[in-house]
Amino acid sequence: MNTRGKLRVLIGKPGLDGHDRGAKFIARALRDAGFEVIYTGIRRTPDQIAAAAVQEDVAAVGLSSMSGAHLKLFPAVVKALANAGGPDIPVLGGGVIPDEDIVLLKEQGIASIFTPGTPVAAIIEAFTQACEQHLSGRVE
Amino acid sequence: MTEKKNQYLRDWETTELQKSLDRFPERKEKFYCHGGRPVERIALPETIDTQYTENQGVPGRFPYTRGVQPTMYRGRFWTMRQYAGFSTAAESNKRYRYLLDKGQTGLSVAFDLPTQIGYDSDDPISLGEVGKVGVAIDTLADMEVLFDKIPLDKISTSMTINSPAMVLLAMYIVVAEKQGVSADKIRGTIQNDILKEYVARGTYIFPPKPSLRLITNIFQWCSGNAPLFNTISISGYHIREAGSTASQEVAFTLANGITYVQTALDAGLELDVFARRLAFFFNASSNLLEEVAKFRAARRLWARIMKDRFKSQNPASMMLRFHTQTAGSSLTAQQVDNNIVRVTIQALAAVLGGTQSLHTNSRDEALSLPTEDSVQTALRTQQIIAHESGVPDSVDPLGGSYYIEQLTDKIEEEAVSLIEQIDKSGGVVAAIETGFIQGQIEDAAYQYQTEIERKERIIVGVNKFQVDEETKVPVLRVDPAIEDEQVQGLTRLKAERDQERLQNALEQLEIAARSESNLMDPVIAAVREYGSLGEICGVLRRVFGEYQARW
Repeated sequence: MNTRGKLRVLIGKPGLDGHDRGAKFIARALRDAGFEVIYTGIRRTPDQIAAAAVQEDVAAVGLSSMSGAHLKLFPAVVKALANAGGPDIPVLGGGVIPDEDIVLLKEQGIASIFTPGTPVAAIIEAFTQACEQHLSGRVE
Repeated sequence: MTEKKNQYLRDWETTELQKSLDRFPERKEKFYCHGGRPVERIALPETIDTQYTENQGVPGRFPYTRGVQPTMYRGRFWTMRQYAGFSTAAESNKRYRYLLDKGQTGLSVAFDLPTQIGYDSDDPISLGEVGKVGVAIDTLADMEVLFDKIPLDKISTSMTINSPAMVLLAMYIVVAEKQGVSADKIRGTIQNDILKEYVARGTYIFPPKPSLRLITNIFQWCSGNAPLFNTISISGYHIREAGSTASQEVAFTLANGITYVQTALDAGLELDVFARRLAFFFNASSNLLEEVAKFRAARRLWARIMKDRFKSQNPASMMLRFHTQTAGSSLTAQQVDNNIVRVTIQALAAVLGGTQSLHTNSRDEALSLPTEDSVQTALRTQQIIAHESGVPDSVDPLGGSYYIEQLTDKIEEEAVSLIEQIDKSGGVVAAIETGFIQGQIEDAAYQYQTEIERKERIIVGVNKFQVDEETKVPVLRVDPAIEDEQVQGLTRLKAERDQERLQNALEQLEIAARSESNLMDPVIAAVREYGSLGEICGVLRRVFGEYQARW
């Protein structure tokens, strides 16, 4: 699938939301697709997620939120990544997110947003692209 | 009709049934179909043998497979109880009064995540979560507004609160008292089920041991002071939502129940005093017949556990009474009106399965919190089942179906086998620590979702029968400004309190927490001084420490 060895990604649950069925499924599906996946567990702050992403040298971060806090928390992770020394790590997100919010999130630097019912193949493809873009940017 | 049947039935009719009819007359003098054919109270087999009486029996009698009350919904419909709450206490109070006005018969309070995890709205960790998935409650002042003009002697209230359940219960008791309603008159339920938080729902604060102490303290205090209040709602709902199978839902829920009972017994509580106030909470998914069998199996298995394992002498302790919510995870963001049909099937499963109360989800909940219109349709779904479907007129109408009885047996067997595995591994707390329960749920969830991805399992509108949707569904948005409002209100209130009395109450709480004594009274005392949830839980965090999940 890729020629650089395993792509490393981090799946994070920012905020206080404990609904992690989706996050765990995505983590496992990415693993099955050949990624190396770090799952943060639930109830992480944006700073904790960013620190873990930089420390683990991941090529992309996936966030999940089901509680409606995405508008504050997803951009907070983007900002935290910049502060933690990973400003170019792409951030993808998923959860119960209304259409209007997708535009707002993309404006604030979230690369892709997945809503309920998105086929997992599309999500894997988006992670692959995000990772490869990030890594090729780094090589240049 | 055989003589044996006559005798068994006559006995039931003159004892359980008669007692029930005396206390709760049936809704109608006669139940009949259009045309006049009478509806049987309960259909029974031609031959009643011991196998039948031991496994199915009659409603209101051990093993309660066919229902916990002899007349079930012929006496009274289930309580229609819609889980609601968002934004501020004032906004939620408005929604509650709207629901009561529409014919809802009980309240169910949804708290926001900071409240559920014992943080104040002004805590940095609460950022973005205040008022989102439920109402924000910081102090008694919020609780006073939440129940303004709602008579707590007439309305029963269910509160979805776990780790900090004691604090919210204390606030409820004090609000009731201010309305002139003493604790022995309040009716309702607190969820108070910490074990499933570690494996499925995530709003834990303290480690298992002190958490179990808080729960046992509540059992004990309520036995003496609030005997009508259900002190726990042992919940399979979230286990199922996290992706478990039906049998796992039954197994892990009842295993948690066993743990609570054993912990209370170890603390010296008397079984048949506290056990009658244990309530349960299950999920209703779309597999109609499996779900009906699941409810019946859970009821029978709990009765057997209470009788055989714990040697209960009181029928009230053996009766598994449960609330049901339709499966949130089954709702689709695509073609949202289809969700009304899903919810109808699921609600029907709950009613055919003999639920005591029911929440029906709204069509738009895969998008956001429900709008008022959607909530009305969800409530109407229950009312149509109650008043138009005819299902409530006969008790356990699917009982005796070969398929349903086989499935009931199968689910019970599978649950028993899982409970045995947990027992062998040292009990639920050990099975959480090793990750056994989480692993079981995760594997089942992965399998289910993989079947959908492979189209081996069809979800209408998602992986088949899709359409291009252009029409926008109106969604409910919580005003982001309320987070600031809530924080400002809390800051004002914190400045106005009698600091000395408050500090004293918090110190007393800390002393009690470090001892073995019951924490209910010191928590009530701190709540009266408008001590905040974050402050009270802060004291307990200091004493008990915090649970650290492993991933």
